[in-house]
Amino acid sequence: MSDSAKAITVRYFAMFREHAGLGEETLSLNVATAKDVFEQTRHRHGSDEPNGHCKVAINDEMADWSSPVADGDTVLLFPPVAGG
Amino acid sequence: MIQVTADEIDAAQLKHALSNPGAGGFCTFEGWVRNENEGREVERLEYEAYEPLVISEGEKVLAEARSRYPYLEARCVHRTGLLEIGDLAVWVGVASAHRDEAFKACRYIIDELKVRLPIWKKEHYVVGESGWVNCERCAEHSQQ
Repeated sequence: MSDSAKAITVRYFAMFREHAGLGEETLSLNVATAKDVFEQTRHRHGSDEPNGHCKVAINDEMADWSSPVADGDTVLLFPPVAGG
Repeated sequence: MIQVTADEIDAAQLKHALSNPGAGGFCTFEGWVRNENEGREVERLEYEAYEPLVISEGEKVLAEARSRYPYLEARCVHRTGLLEIGDLAVWVGVASAHRDEAFKACRYIIDELKVRLPIWKKEHYVVGESGWVNCERCAEHSQQ
């Protein structure tokens, strides 16, 4: 799978948005998977470890951390949810 | 049907909307804003939701509940924005032919909703601080 630079729009929610100081940004990232996006934006959202707690969606579809990301995708990073 | 709203939830109207002549049982769950969490006095709550995925994932949850516990009608509404102590934050209602399906489907829907839908809750404490529920624990966990 190619890992050349891709334009990825990253959206941050709740705690992640507050930490990043913005809700969305488009970045040029060398990434293959959703997890790569999470790790490369760590300085923004401030969380170290997505597995088990945080969730991810790609283009408004829930995804796995191993899901591939393509040039132009929007990746949504969700901190642990707490509805109800 | 699942909805997200910034307006007050009208439970009586929701119940009326689930009327079905084949229903012999009706079960609701209401989530209220509590004044305490994990030993801290809470003044109010703030809910944030990402509506497109709350709707799509919520409809999956309702469909799963129906396949497990066949019901006639079900509806779920979740609030967003600032809520005060005692406010209704989430409402789930299920009508079914018999009570067992209504109880079980209602329980399934609220349990799945809490762990699957992109909804976040920020507690504003009496002492003036605030914190995201669970998110703080995630951060603590990630540093271990």
